[in-house]
Amino acid sequence: MQDFRYLYDVSTLSFNLEACIGCGMCEIVCPHGVFKVENKKAGVVDKNGCMECGACAKNCPTQAIGVTPGVGCASYIIQTWIKGKDGNSCGIAKCC
Amino acid sequence: MKDNCCGNSDKKESFGNVSHLKPFAFTTVMQNKKEEAACCGPPPGPECVRFARPGYEICRFIEEFIDTAAGSVPKIRTKLSMADRLMSVLARFGIGRNSYGIAPGIYCAGSPSADSPVLVTANYKLTFDALRKELSSVDAWILVIDTRGINVWCAAGKGLFSTEEVVKRVKISGLDKVVSHRELILPQLSATGVSAIDVKKRSGFKVVWGPIRANDIKIFIDAGMKADEPMRRVTFTILERFVLVPVELSFLVKPSLFILIGIFLLSGIGTEIFSLKDAWSRGIMAVFAYAAGILSGAIVVPVILQWLPGKAFSVKGAITGTIAAFFVVMTLKDVTNMWELTALFLCVTAVSSYLGMNFTGSTPYTSPSGVEKEMRKAIPVQALAGLASIVLWIGAAFIR
Repeated sequence: MQDFRYLYDVSTLSFNLEACIGCGMCEIVCPHGVFKVENKKAGVVDKNGCMECGACAKNCPTQAIGVTPGVGCASYIIQTWIKGKDGNSCGIAKCC
Repeated sequence: MKDNCCGNSDKKESFGNVSHLKPFAFTTVMQNKKEEAACCGPPPGPECVRFARPGYEICRFIEEFIDTAAGSVPKIRTKLSMADRLMSVLARFGIGRNSYGIAPGIYCAGSPSADSPVLVTANYKLTFDALRKELSSVDAWILVIDTRGINVWCAAGKGLFSTEEVVKRVKISGLDKVVSHRELILPQLSATGVSAIDVKKRSGFKVVWGPIRANDIKIFIDAGMKADEPMRRVTFTILERFVLVPVELSFLVKPSLFILIGIFLLSGIGTEIFSLKDAWSRGIMAVFAYAAGILSGAIVVPVILQWLPGKAFSVKGAITGTIAAFFVVMTLKDVTNMWELTALFLCVTAVSSYLGMNFTGSTPYTSPSGVEKEMRKAIPVQALAGLASIVLWIGAAFIR
């Protein structure tokens, strides 16, 4: 996926090293290799590769990871601009 | 030959006579078929399978049913039929795509035992088929959960492939009676919607994150539930991008109908207030430009994506759009004027940029923060170009 890079310095991903217990779950679930565990601690090695899918935060046992998850889809974002985020979910509304 | 339903007896008797005249092979065939010789219409279909139930239709991908402690479980065929392939192609074109689900519950592949692994998947038929065809030499249980006919990753993003649904389906299906272990293999991409810890807490089943792609599942199982790094990374090959094009186009059909009406109406406005002749002759040029914009933004951008400069998709679309617009201008330069050519140029570029930006929703790597940032910059520019195009197009009709 190194051929496919999207906008830099936009991801809402945050990581709290102190809370990390080094379980490695984030490294397993991330589809873009954003995390790497070394010396029993995870670290963010490619923040610009993050697509904010939210898998890491959802599976972190100590809430050491924070991210505003969402779908990077222009049509969906337009819908949220028009109708607001509540009661409008990608796919359930007339999106994809 | 007792099966005379509607044939006439003369004909039957004549068989005996004919056999003397016809080649030997013919009579053999006829004799072998004697019992099932159909007199009217084609021969009858096969006998009903023993597991047929009134009110249920047996899916064609089911080979048989096996008995388990949780009731009878369908065993899948691991070879895709022509019908499966055809339906997949249609779904790729947006036909029947929203009602292409299968019943949730336990299925099996091969001859699984109580120790065999449990693969959890979505109930979108395209997803199920992708998994099914990889299981030809695998003995496993498959727990299909109800994602309302949506693929794994999208369903996880929409909260349909969720912790709740996995836990619920494990309980309803009686999986704990079928297997002696307490482990589920979930596709890695479902992690967006599923918390492994919560599934364990609420169902007693431990989640093992399987590979992203179904075609790695056998290697994963054989390696003792271990995935190497490539199995854990999404890809976006040219083929993976290409198959997305038809469905992108299918989304454009409805809005395009309104746009075409708009184009012909605007093209007819002129010094005669509205000219049908102009609506047609100028409209067809504008439709040509619109089509070029679609080709450029919804087909060329997805296919040659990574070779296009820029990170923003609206920029990529604007680049291919500029090239497409150049071809449109070269094609039409002898039949129209500078004003119209400028309007068409802007139209192609704006449409292409917008559609390129729209492709963000189909990629596996664009973040919502990034898309929103890009849109805030690109949409005003696209809208301005579109508006300028319309103004120039209408204005040109008065300048001629």
